[in-house]
Amino acid sequence: MSSVDTELDRVSRVSPVKANLTLMDMCRPLLTTFVPLLVALLIASLILLAVGVDPLAYYSYVVERGLFSPSGLQQTLTRMAPLLLLAAGLIIAFRAGIWNLGVDGQFLLGALAAAVLAPALHGVLPGWMVLTLSIMLGALTGALWSLLPAYLRAYQQVNEIVTTLMMTFLGLSLGNALVKLVFLDPATTVPQTATLPVDARLPRLFETTVSSGVLIGLVAIVVVHLVMQRTAFGLRLRVVGSNAAAARHAGLPSRKLTMIVFALSAALAGMAGAVDIVGVHGNLRADWNPAFGLLVIPMVFLARLNGFAAIVFVLLLSILSIGGESAARRLGVPSSFTLVLVAIVLLTLAVAEHVDQRWRRQRLS
Amino acid sequence: MNVSIPAADPEVSRLPAAQAPVVSLRGVTKRFPGVVASDTIDLDIHPGEVHVLLGENGAGKSTLISMLAGLVQPDEGEILLDGEPVSLSSPKDAINAGIGTVFQHSMLVPTLSVTENLLLGDRWWRRPDRASLATRVAAIVEPLGISLRLDAPAADLSLGEQQQVEIVRALLRDSRLLILDESTSMLSPSGIEELGALMRRLVSRGLAVVFISHKLNEAAAFGDRISILRLGRKVGSIGPERFRALEQDVLVAEIIEHMFDDQERGTDASVAKRLPVDLSGEPLLVVRDVSLSATDTSPALRKLDLDAWPGEIVGIAGIDGNGQKQLAELLAGQRALEGGSIHLAGQRLDGLNVGERCELGLRYLTDDRLGEGTLGEFPVSLNFFIKQIGSSPYWQHGFVRGSDIDAEARRLVKEFDVRTPSIRTPVGRLSGGNIQKVVLGRELAEGARLVVFNKPTYGLDVKNIRTIQRRMMDAAASGIGLIVISTELDELLLLCHRIAVMVDGAIVGTVSNTGESVRHDIGRLMAGVTS
Amino acid sequence: MNVLFSELFLGALLFGAVTAAVPLLLAGLGEQISEKAGVLNIGIEGMMLLGAYTGFLGAYQSGSLWVGFACGMAGGLIAGLFMALMCVRLGFNQIVVGIGITLGLEGLTALLHHFQFSRSYPRLPAAEVWEVPLFVNIPIVGPALFAHNPVVYFAIALVMVLSLLYRRSQFGLWLQSAGDKPEALDVAGIDVYRTRTIAVLITGTLAGLGGAYLATVGAGLFIPFITNGAGFLGIVLAMLARGNPSWVLGGALIFGLCLSLTTALQVAGTNVPTDVIQMIPFLAVMLMLIAFGRRSSLPRALGIPYERGSR
Repeated sequence: MSSVDTELDRVSRVSPVKANLTLMDMCRPLLTTFVPLLVALLIASLILLAVGVDPLAYYSYVVERGLFSPSGLQQTLTRMAPLLLLAAGLIIAFRAGIWNLGVDGQFLLGALAAAVLAPALHGVLPGWMVLTLSIMLGALTGALWSLLPAYLRAYQQVNEIVTTLMMTFLGLSLGNALVKLVFLDPATTVPQTATLPVDARLPRLFETTVSSGVLIGLVAIVVVHLVMQRTAFGLRLRVVGSNAAAARHAGLPSRKLTMIVFALSAALAGMAGAVDIVGVHGNLRADWNPAFGLLVIPMVFLARLNGFAAIVFVLLLSILSIGGESAARRLGVPSSFTLVLVAIVLLTLAVAEHVDQRWRRQRLS
Repeated sequence: MNVSIPAADPEVSRLPAAQAPVVSLRGVTKRFPGVVASDTIDLDIHPGEVHVLLGENGAGKSTLISMLAGLVQPDEGEILLDGEPVSLSSPKDAINAGIGTVFQHSMLVPTLSVTENLLLGDRWWRRPDRASLATRVAAIVEPLGISLRLDAPAADLSLGEQQQVEIVRALLRDSRLLILDESTSMLSPSGIEELGALMRRLVSRGLAVVFISHKLNEAAAFGDRISILRLGRKVGSIGPERFRALEQDVLVAEIIEHMFDDQERGTDASVAKRLPVDLSGEPLLVVRDVSLSATDTSPALRKLDLDAWPGEIVGIAGIDGNGQKQLAELLAGQRALEGGSIHLAGQRLDGLNVGERCELGLRYLTDDRLGEGTLGEFPVSLNFFIKQIGSSPYWQHGFVRGSDIDAEARRLVKEFDVRTPSIRTPVGRLSGGNIQKVVLGRELAEGARLVVFNKPTYGLDVKNIRTIQRRMMDAAASGIGLIVISTELDELLLLCHRIAVMVDGAIVGTVSNTGESVRHDIGRLMAGVTS
Repeated sequence: MNVLFSELFLGALLFGAVTAAVPLLLAGLGEQISEKAGVLNIGIEGMMLLGAYTGFLGAYQSGSLWVGFACGMAGGLIAGLFMALMCVRLGFNQIVVGIGITLGLEGLTALLHHFQFSRSYPRLPAAEVWEVPLFVNIPIVGPALFAHNPVVYFAIALVMVLSLLYRRSQFGLWLQSAGDKPEALDVAGIDVYRTRTIAVLITGTLAGLGGAYLATVGAGLFIPFITNGAGFLGIVLAMLARGNPSWVLGGALIFGLCLSLTTALQVAGTNVPTDVIQMIPFLAVMLMLIAFGRRSSLPRALGIPYERGSR
C-alpha cells in the first residue's frame, strides 16, 4: 500500500477534477481510431508494393466488390452471420477474463454436428424444427468441446490459452476424421457430408440472397452486450474477469462461473459453425477450416469488447473477407493478406491507444 | 497523545561530535500530478547518527526515500554526496553512492535463497558463490549480534529476518548510509527493540542511518536527530544536542507541535468516548472451537474462541501473518470452516456464503482495499454493491435498476463524505482515504450488525484516520458489534473495550482495556509469556 | 503388422522422433526463458514461421544450410525485437500483441510464399549429417540418435548450458527475479527491462532457429503454416517444465515421438487414417496437461508489464 496516495488525498480535498471538454476531447475517439487505421493501410500498402501489387487497385477492388456491388454486399452481410456469433462468444469469454482461443475447433465441430443432423432430419420433421435442432446441436457440441479446458481452468488453474489451442488442433483433426470416415456422403466423389437441399436451409431475407443467419448473429451479439451491461449475471462475469481476488472477496462462485462462461462462449462458437452450414453451405467438406475465429479475435479487441462496436468491426472484416476472396482470384493476392492486414490494424491501434494514454497523463500534470 | 518513551539510552551521551554530512539535500522538490510531494527540502545526514524522518502518512517521507534510493528524480534542487552534487537516476546509482535502502515491504525474491538474494545485483560475471559469501557475511553479522540462515529460501524467513537480510545486503555493498523505511510496522515489541539496538550498533561503527517512522515513541527512543515532515515540507528539526538536553515531555510537546496543526493535535479526544457495553444480554457473535488448516501465508487456526456483544469493540492484536486475516475471512464466509461453529445472534452461519452473511449483518472490511476490496475500473456506484449483486431492490429479475443504485450511491457518498468528481468515476482514481470511505460505506450500510475491520486505517493520513475511527465509535454506539484487527497497538488501546492477542493461529489471551498495564500485558502475551 | 516392429521401422521412428523433437525443444527452451523472466510469449508460433521462411529462403538462395540457419535466427530475432519493444518497453498486453504477431507473421509468410514459391515449390537437398563416432555404430539406436544435423547436437547442448545458466550464474538470478518479483530486482540495481528484453530476444532467436531447422532439415521445403502448432506446443512444454530445461527436452522427445509416429504409421501403410493419427500428439498433450497441469508453477509476475513505482 503506497502512501503516495495519501498525498493525493490532499489534492482531492482542494477541488474535484474539472472536466474541460475541448475540441480535442471530442475528436479524440475518432482520432484514435481512424488515424491508426490509415497508418495500418499505409504499412499494408508497402507490403503489397513489395510483392508487386498496386495497393490502391487492391483496396478499391476490395471495397467495390465487398461493399458497393449488390451481390457482393449481400455476400458480405451473409458472411457476417458466423462472424457475429463468434464475436458474441468471444466477448463473453474475454470480459470474464477467459481466453477462449479454441473457437475455431468449437466452430468446426458445431458445423459438423449440424451438417450431420440436418440432412438426417430433413423430410422427417418440419423445416423450422430441423433448422432449430441442428443449430442447437451445434451449440451443444461446441459447449461440450470446451468442457475439458473449462474444468482444467476452473478447478486446477491450468492456463486456458494452452488447453483451448490444443483442443482446436484436436478438434480440427477429429472433425476431418469423422467427415472422411463416418459421415461421408457416398453419393458424391468429393469427400463431404450429405447435403441439405437449398430450400431446406435458413431462409433468405426478403428478396435478397442474404441469409437470415445474420439476424441470428445480430440478436446474439446484442443480447450478449445487454446481458453483460445490464444484468446481475453479466456483472458477476465482469467482476471475475477484472479481479479474481475481489471476486472471491465478494463471495462470487468463481469456479461455477468459469464453467458457465466457457459453456456459453463455446456454444456460441458452435452455433456459428452450425449457422454457416445450415445457412450457406449445406454440407461440411473435408479439410475445410475457414479459421474465422483467428480473424474475429482481433476485431473483438479493437471493439474494446463492446458489442455494438464489434458489429461495426465485424462488418469491416466481412467486407475485407468477401472482397479479399474476390481479389484473390482477380489480382492474385491470396487471402493470407487479410491476416496480415488485420494484424497490422490490431497493432497500430494498440500503439495509438498507448500514445493517447501517455498524452492524457501528461495533461494531468 | 499517548506516548510512552523508554528511559533515555545512556549511550546517547557518548556520541561523537557531528561530522560532515555524507548525504545532503538542498532545495529538493518533487511534484506529481496535482500534488507537491516534496517542497524545497533541506536535509543533512551525518555519519554516526540515527536521523529520524518523522511524519504522518502523506507527509512526503516515501517520496524522499524514493529519491535517495534512485527510484525517482527530483524536479528541482540537488542531492549532494560528500558535498558534491550527484545524480541518482537509478537504484544502481544509489547503490554506487553507498546508499542502501530497506523498504517497508520486503524486497527479497521469495523463490531465491538468502545467499542468492544477498548476491543479487553483483557483477554479472561473478558466480553466486556461497563459500566466499559466508566468510564476508560472518564478518558483518558477528559484531551486530544477528545470525542469518544462508541456505534458507527467502520465503521461509519471518519478516524480521527478511529485514535483517536486507540490512546485511546493504552492508555487503559497503553502504555508508542505510535507510530503514517504516521498518517496525511488521515487528513485535521485542523485535522493535532488537532493531533499535541494531541501529545503535551500526551507527557506532560510523554508518549513517535514516529511520523513517510515523511513531513518536520510536523516534524519541532510537533517534539522535529528528527531522519532522508535514505536507511535503520540513517543518522542524531537533539536533542531537537539543535532543539530549530537553526533558522528555518538553521534547514530545515540541515534536507534536511541529507535526500537527491545531485541528489535528490531540484529537484523540475528538474520537468519542467509548460507551460502556451492556453485557447482560446474549453475545452477538459467538465463535467456538474454530479451526482452519495452515495456508502458505499463515499458520493453522486452532480451536479459536471469540465473543462479541452488541456495541462492543473487540480488538485483535498481533503481528501480521498469525492467522488474523484468515480468521476474518472465515467470519465473512470467504473460507469454509474446518471445525467449530460461528453464530450470529443465535443463528448458525455454517454454509452461508458471503452475500448471505452480509444480508444477516456480518460484514468484513478488508485490509486490502485496492487488491480485493474494490474494483478499480468500476464506477464508485457499483463498488458499493459488489457483495449484493443480484439482490433487490437494486436488481429486479436479474436486471440492474440503475436509478436505484445511483440514488443510494449518492446518499452513501454524501453520508460518508467520499470526495469524488462523480459517482461514475472509476474508484481506482480516488485517493486512498476516499477509497477506504467507499469500502466503509459499503460495509456499514443498512443492516450491519457485526463488522470485522482488518487494519482499517493503514496507510491513511491523520485526518482520514480520525474520521474512520469516529465512524467506528459511532457504529458501536448505535449497537453494532465491532471486531478490529490491527497492528497498531495505540489504535486498539484507543478504540477497544477488550483486546485479544493472536499468536501463531491461536488466541493466547484477552485483556480488558482498563488500567495502566494493558500495553505491558499485551506485549507479554505477544512475546509468549503467559501470566 | 510385423512391419511395425522391424528394425527399419523402429530406426526410422526414432530418427524421426529426434528430428521432430528439435523444433519443439528449441521453441520450448525459448518460451521457457521468456516465461522465467515474466513475459508470456504467445507470438512464438509466428516467430517460428518467420524463422522457417527466412531460413528456407537463405538456404535456398545461398545453397548453404548454415546460411539458412543464420537467416532463420535473424528472422526470429527481429520478431523478438518487435515483441520486446511492444511488451517489455511499452508495456502492452502480452496476449494481444502475441496474437497479433502470430497472425501477422502467419499471414506474411503465407503471402510471401504465394508470390515466391507457390508455382515452383522448391525443395532443398537432404541436410548434412554429423555422425558421432562409436555411438553411431550401435544397432538400431545408433543411426537413429547419433547421425543428425549439427543443430540437433546444439539444441541438446543448449539444454545443459541453460541449466547451468539458470542455476549458477548471476544472469540466471536476474531472470528468476524478473519473473517472480521484478521490483526486488530493480531495487537491487539491475535493469528489469534489459533483463526481460534479453530473454525475449533469445526466445526469438531460438524460435527462429527451430523454424529454420523444421523447414530446411525436417521438411526440406516451406509451405504456409508449416509449423502447425509447434510454437504452441513449445508453450505447453515450457509451462509443464517448471523452469527446468531437462524437462523441456523430455517433453519434446515424447511429443516428437508422437509426431514421428504419425508419419511412420502412414508410411507403414496401416489402415488407420491420417487424420486420426494426426490427433495423437495433441491427445498426448492434453493427457499431459490433465495429469500434470495442476502442478505447473508459473512465475508470479508472468504477463504483467513492469512499471517502476506501481503497486
